[in-house]
Amino acid sequence: MKRISGFRRHRIAGPILVVAALFTIGTAFGVASALPSAQQSITTGTSTLVSEGKAIFLRGCSSCHGLHAEGGSIAPSLIGVGSASVDFQVGTGRMPMADMSQQAMQKKPVYNAQETAALAAYVASLAPGPSSVTNESLTYERDGNSALGGQLFRTNCAMCHNFAGQGGALTNGKYAPSLMGVEPKYIYEAMVTGPQSMPKFTDATITPQEKLSIIKWLQAANHEQNQGGASLGRVGPVTEGLLGWVLGLGLLIGAAAWLAMKAK
Amino acid sequence: MSNQVERFQDPGLPEHVHRNADVDPIAEKRAERQVAVLFLLSAVGTVLTIASYIFVKSDKYTYLPIMGSTNIQQLCLGIGLTASTLFIGLGAIQWAKKLMPDQEVIAERHEFRSEEADREDFVATLKENGGQAGLGRRSLIKRTMGLALGLVGLSPLVLLRDTGPLPKKFLNTTDWAAGTKLLLDPAGTPIKASDLEVGAVAQVLPELPAGTERTLENTGKDAVLLIRLRPEDFNLDAERLSWTHEGIIAFSKICTHMGCAVALYEQQTHHLLCPCHQSTFDVTRAAKVIFGPAARPLPQLAITVDADGYLVAKQPFTVPVGPSFWERNSSNG
Repeated sequence: MKRISGFRRHRIAGPILVVAALFTIGTAFGVASALPSAQQSITTGTSTLVSEGKAIFLRGCSSCHGLHAEGGSIAPSLIGVGSASVDFQVGTGRMPMADMSQQAMQKKPVYNAQETAALAAYVASLAPGPSSVTNESLTYERDGNSALGGQLFRTNCAMCHNFAGQGGALTNGKYAPSLMGVEPKYIYEAMVTGPQSMPKFTDATITPQEKLSIIKWLQAANHEQNQGGASLGRVGPVTEGLLGWVLGLGLLIGAAAWLAMKAK
Repeated sequence: MSNQVERFQDPGLPEHVHRNADVDPIAEKRAERQVAVLFLLSAVGTVLTIASYIFVKSDKYTYLPIMGSTNIQQLCLGIGLTASTLFIGLGAIQWAKKLMPDQEVIAERHEFRSEEADREDFVATLKENGGQAGLGRRSLIKRTMGLALGLVGLSPLVLLRDTGPLPKKFLNTTDWAAGTKLLLDPAGTPIKASDLEVGAVAQVLPELPAGTERTLENTGKDAVLLIRLRPEDFNLDAERLSWTHEGIIAFSKICTHMGCAVALYEQQTHHLLCPCHQSTFDVTRAAKVIFGPAARPLPQLAITVDADGYLVAKQPFTVPVGPSFWERNSSNG
């Protein structure tokens, strides 16, 4: 004990202490940042994907979205939109837009799956945002509740997308698309990112599990058999009324004319 | 050239043309067979209806062009029922047109006005008997009778009150009060400002006092839409701006036109659209009506946060929500 306290007053005790302290802090910092650095190594692993994505971006997207994805007068900034947004917009063919119409329409995708993934990786590398998902990761069959999904859909989605997910009109030629036959991952990504006119449905307001329930309900609605024959687009009284007026009334007029004609 | 117009000759009635079935026994037999076949088709339709109900499985589907996937049993029932009723009608018409008697009858029109002598006779009788009954003299009886006849119609009017309770203040008020928590619909959980990103929306209902059950009538006037914008996007006066919280603005979802749920929010244009009659409201200008038949903006709910950070109502709605009604309290617009 006496030897230690004597050493404490030694001339070189101070410098040794400083070096030891620096060493300890440095090691601790290294250990503490081990997790992020592990993630970083994944990013460096995909850095080729990012640079590939950047090349595609400069070629195909930068004329509207800017050289650094900062946006322009005709296109929004993509910083912070995340890979989910890119996967949705490019994967469904909405981006790149064919023309400056009211809204970007779904069409045959311009980029294949790998190019889309590269673009998504590049945009995700700019700033954190919602991550893209895969159909396999959405275990809606196991974790979803279609009754709850239907309730959530009617409260949050049906006003634009129709009570049966058939889509509907918005203002000035914009429209909410039909949700029939849409891949589960695109439904999920649309809810998270709020593409175009659609508002965002954050995980706090509709939890990921509730989102799976909505998808499960939509899949059920998609595969619903038509019990009574032609569903007439499942848009309710509009087409039913049109058919009633045109076909039904036409038949009645024909019958009336036949009744009044004199037989030969 | 003569100015005289040639007098138009009354062509008279066209000559009656007999039908084939009236003159040709073969055509008559053919028409008879046609009617019989139509009635037989109806009978077949009934048999098809009953047989498909009993023998066709209700979960079998087939693909039809235009119609798409169709339930076979429902299809057979539809065809059978249509045939069984339609062919009775067609048979009856064919029978009447081809085989039933075909004579032309002329029915002369009569004058509606009675003979002058009859009319005078009627007036004379009325005057004579009326005078005897004292209609002209006894004014007390006339007046009390008028009173009785006038009042007798009132009792059914009073009974109309039994059609239901009076709405009283129900339509003028909602369940929102100062400090009422905003609960997510349908989850029923409270919500924090940080739960909403810019561009996000949430459908909320008020937290009801413990023990109160949420009814459809309540939801029909309490439903509120929360929208988060960038605060610099707002174009509000100071009071309305103080009703928002960090860019989150709350509106009644009940359209001021006919009461549909207004929740079609376009996050790029900040427009709210009513799906029923296309009334469009500008969220950045306190839901000002920019298109459509709605006469008033959607009522804005003043919101703030409580001590725990949950979004709560700052005060009740200042105006009644929803469409106009007779007793609407319009003191605040």
